[in-house]
Amino acid sequence: MKPAPFELHRPTTLGEALAILGRVCDEGGLVLAGGQSLVPMMALRVVYPPHLVDINGIEPLSRIAVEDGLLTVGATVRHAAFHRPVVDGPLGHLLAEVSRHIAHYPIRKRGTFCGSLSHADPASEWCLVAKTLGARIHLASLEGGRVLEADAFFVGAMTTAREPAEIVVEARLPVMPGAATFGFSEFNRRAGDFALGMSLVTFEIVDGVVVDPRIGIGGIEEMPRRLPRVEAMLADRRVTDTEPAALAAAACEEVDPMEDATTTADYRRHLAGVVVARAVGAAVARQARKD
Amino acid sequence: MDKHPLELTVNGSRFTVEVEHRKTLADTLREDCGLTGTHVGCEHGVCGACTVLVGGEPVRACLMFAHQAAGRPVRTVESLAAGERLHVLQQAFTDHHALQCGYCTPGFLMLIVGAFERDPDIADGELIEVLSSNLCRCTGYQNIIRAVRSVQDQLRGRA
Repeated sequence: MKPAPFELHRPTTLGEALAILGRVCDEGGLVLAGGQSLVPMMALRVVYPPHLVDINGIEPLSRIAVEDGLLTVGATVRHAAFHRPVVDGPLGHLLAEVSRHIAHYPIRKRGTFCGSLSHADPASEWCLVAKTLGARIHLASLEGGRVLEADAFFVGAMTTAREPAEIVVEARLPVMPGAATFGFSEFNRRAGDFALGMSLVTFEIVDGVVVDPRIGIGGIEEMPRRLPRVEAMLADRRVTDTEPAALAAAACEEVDPMEDATTTADYRRHLAGVVVARAVGAAVARQARKD
Repeated sequence: MDKHPLELTVNGSRFTVEVEHRKTLADTLREDCGLTGTHVGCEHGVCGACTVLVGGEPVRACLMFAHQAAGRPVRTVESLAAGERLHVLQQAFTDHHALQCGYCTPGFLMLIVGAFERDPDIADGELIEVLSSNLCRCTGYQNIIRAVRSVQDQLRGRA
């Protein structure tokens, strides 16, 4: 349970980090941020990068800011930074609630938001948030930078569109309108464990009807995603006009679940309906408390 | 693989060691600093037995490389007792039978001390959540919770 030998690089500027990564990425060099997923994988010898570029010493990457209606989260912002709302309105509360579901306290003090996106575990809460809310991921390399929508960034389980020489420098999330509501539901067998299924739901009520419903699921399929058919059942209607059981049934039908040694696809399919109905219920209850 | 010189500040003392980049903080504390109070359990961040404070924050010392702790104060369980006199939390663990085999105890002690130092007003619910971070196979946690509650006023600096 010891990582294979590697060389640790500890740059203090992004330029320096990109130069080192550009030099070592072809041999399998990787970026080290919080290390709460990467280091266990190294201990288990699932990965054995010959070089690690530790970006924790690059001060500007710890930035968290709200500008032009977007919340910017730098590459070394920890999960625990979201324990208390970082932005006014529903988004701050949403991130605070979701952050409590990520592993355990010491892990949240080290692990990073952008690192979770880069790792792209199907059970990652932040990947679900990024897909549901429409995050933009900013990548840098020696050749320059590019920005990817979450839909383009995630390409499979543990796989993103990031090129080996690129560093995810920040992610930006649209700030939610003050009138919006949200609900989140996650199921796992032990607190802090990987999600077997989870759902994040957001919408607004305008003139009594549901506007811009977003229903995301995570942990069910190889990547989190929105469920457009379930969203269509809610859109432009009174929220009370749609039975939670009908939403649950539609969610079960719309997903194509993963299977593993301990959890069957049928179980995950059932779970998709349960977490979607619970998340919608939580969003409705939250709305009712505001009204 | 090459060893690289490293200066660590642990419990206020300086340690000059030479370790490979791949060596974790947990192994370095035990093998190179001679501080064997920090226990190594699962070695992949699940059990929390190796919890120490780095810059005042509880971290899994098996998920941090020793070289990453350069320039940051590290505190281990050895910092708690004053000579023969146990820290108030250590005494509470003894009084409330909050340990049996004791393997997880150093991690729990540092986790709890760190939580109260960071947030003396930590709410009870949050405290329980923090305690769920580490694994204990002997006590079922109830005695650990009892021990902490029995001294929480002192840990909050109010007694």
